[in-house]
Amino acid sequence: MKNEQEDSARRKFLKFGLLAGGATLAGLGLQNKLLGEAPPDSGKKVKVLTAEGKLVEVDSSLVTHHAADMNLSEDQLREGIAGRKFVMVIDLARCANERKCVEGCQKMHNTLPPIEYLKVKRMQDSELGAPYWFPQMCYHCDNPPCTKVCPVDATFKRSDGIVAVDSDRCIGCKFCMAACPYSARSFNFGRPQQVEYNQKHPADCKETCCSTKSSTVGTVSKCDFCPGHAAKGELPSCVTECPNGTIFFGDENEDSVTNGEETFRLKELLRSRAGYRQFEELGTKPRVYYLPPVKRQFPFEEAKEEHNKEE
Amino acid sequence: MSKHIITKEATTYETFTQEEYMLMKEELLRPVQRIGKWGKIWIGFLLVVCMFGLYAYYIQETKSKYVTVSLRDYTMWGVYISNFVFFVALSLIGVLMSAVLKLTNFEWYRPLSRIAEVIAVAAILLAGVSIVAAMGRPDRLHYLLLHGRIQSPIVWDIIVIVTYIAISTVLLFIPLIPSLSTCKNHLHNKPKWQMKMYEWLSFGWEGTPEQWKILKRSIRILTIMVIPVGVSIHTVTAWLFATTLRAEWDSTNFGAYFVSGAFLLGVAGMIVAVFVIRKAYKLEHYLTPMHFDKLGQALVLMSFIYIYFNINEYLVPAYKMSGLHANHLLDLFVGKDAPLYWGVIIFGMLLPAILPLFKALRKPLPLTIIACTVVVAAWLKRYLIVIPGLAHPYLPIQDVPDSWKHYSPSLVEMTIVAATFAAMLLIVTLFTRFFPIVSVWEVAEGRLEGKDEIINYK
Repeated sequence: MKNEQEDSARRKFLKFGLLAGGATLAGLGLQNKLLGEAPPDSGKKVKVLTAEGKLVEVDSSLVTHHAADMNLSEDQLREGIAGRKFVMVIDLARCANERKCVEGCQKMHNTLPPIEYLKVKRMQDSELGAPYWFPQMCYHCDNPPCTKVCPVDATFKRSDGIVAVDSDRCIGCKFCMAACPYSARSFNFGRPQQVEYNQKHPADCKETCCSTKSSTVGTVSKCDFCPGHAAKGELPSCVTECPNGTIFFGDENEDSVTNGEETFRLKELLRSRAGYRQFEELGTKPRVYYLPPVKRQFPFEEAKEEHNKEE
Repeated sequence: MSKHIITKEATTYETFTQEEYMLMKEELLRPVQRIGKWGKIWIGFLLVVCMFGLYAYYIQETKSKYVTVSLRDYTMWGVYISNFVFFVALSLIGVLMSAVLKLTNFEWYRPLSRIAEVIAVAAILLAGVSIVAAMGRPDRLHYLLLHGRIQSPIVWDIIVIVTYIAISTVLLFIPLIPSLSTCKNHLHNKPKWQMKMYEWLSFGWEGTPEQWKILKRSIRILTIMVIPVGVSIHTVTAWLFATTLRAEWDSTNFGAYFVSGAFLLGVAGMIVAVFVIRKAYKLEHYLTPMHFDKLGQALVLMSFIYIYFNINEYLVPAYKMSGLHANHLLDLFVGKDAPLYWGVIIFGMLLPAILPLFKALRKPLPLTIIACTVVVAAWLKRYLIVIPGLAHPYLPIQDVPDSWKHYSPSLVEMTIVAATFAAMLLIVTLFTRFFPIVSVWEVAEGRLEGKDEIINYK
């Protein structure tokens, strides 16, 4: 009992210290670099967000040494990462429907088409309005209709803003899917190709500490904001995969979002670019903001083909 | 036979002798005493359909559901859920055809109440089965007890449905006790275990005045209790839809709309059941044309109430034709679901509201034909509420395979649905083969002026 308490206290300490530690280490790494004292170089670089909202690239050996030590209990997974409030901003002016985010997401979560946690939809708000591409995933709402209706607390809101799914708890009633006005959730009906793929590529939850194991047949899954990446200070796959820097990820508490190349102050960005949330009137309070598709970087081009035709 | 004077007016009782009473008992016990060839074929047929259903469920649970069922991410609720809603609606038959009639002193309830109660219990059990069939992980059913959270409408539904099962079962059982005693005393050539069962279940019933007093009191309390619980089960079932943000279901009308539909289905189901039981067991003296006349009138009333709620549910949004409702409503009115939609409106509401207004159409056969169409339309109505309600989410459906866009139930799904019907009919049929389906004492009590005579009969 005492051991357990100590253990959990140690874990808590680790968890609290991790991010601060990671940031400090990242800072140290930077300092070392500047001072010319090169640390043992693994050759692999990771991007780390500093407290000032700057994105720096450091050697992965400095960060992953601690992050790899994370072995979070179920309760800790349910709690979320302390002190964080994850947020996403999608700049619709930059999306050219290249679907790299979709592919990156599928790779990250071991899903095969047609299952997409992240979809890119062709939207046109009115007849005379211009069509635009609309990347859309789970909005991790602050007033989530899905978690309310879950009969067994299998989907829940974490302190860091993430709406997660416990696929070991889910009974597959699909009520959350009926409740979600954004159709953001996906059910694993056990599509044979998918099952086979998951047997070959089992989800390594220890590494990513992902809350959504897509491989559990008969349960609901969806975008989880890649919390394993976030815990390590890395960006979600859709953000890093986008060639145009459409998707920004960040922390509301830090008031900053980044797409890996550019970093903005969240409030300033939303204010200056008239950021909005989809279906604000539903009162779901999404954590994903959109910047309207004005002053586009690319002219709108219709998709050449419909995707995911294969059953 | 001429001795059996059928009461035309519900409130006038005929007195009759002990001899007549014995004859009546013989007639009401006949289905229990002897199962004929057709009776056995019918039970065998239902068993076969149930077996097919079990096999289909085995296939569904062992093979990939992507292959065996037609459900996909957008239409994630299919015929299992609409079938569940249908059975919950059907189980309200016990509330209307037994409890409400009893409490409002409509004396013609007497031979009907047990039929209604047994259908109610069977239907609500099969509603539960339908839900389990719809679950992705039925092996985790017990998580509802381990991790259940009160804020989920599913948990409310489970609470009220379990309560309803309990009350309905007791309400079916308690008036059965004197009948069990009748079975014990008057059935012969039955296997020993069956006689033992009557003996054991009748709990030492002797028919003393004190026992009658307790019995009547318990029935009255349960009859009052079952009404709010019955209304709750269907209201909460409506809330499973109405508590979501989907425009098609986002309606304050839903609870009343569902309950009124359930009452219409209850009357129609009762008419069909009475017709079949009357013919199959030759109970024409007890289930009389008077019952069809009254049930026909009830059908008209319930149809008009249901039409009223349908006008509120569809025509008010249709007047506005807001972007939230337009796709859904146009699909129903003039689109791909229009034949089904208008079929349900005509056969499930308009015809039962108008045709039984004519006395000739309240005769057993024509009324039963009308009631059959109402029952079929009622099942399709639940389908129309659930499935097209999911077809138009706020964000457009794009880049998905064809099967994700259009739902039509698979063979496995329809087999399981057919099996739930067979199982319900099997429960009702077996009940009629072990217990008198028309309550001997309740009918006798109604026919007697003085009630003392039936108290000490042997």
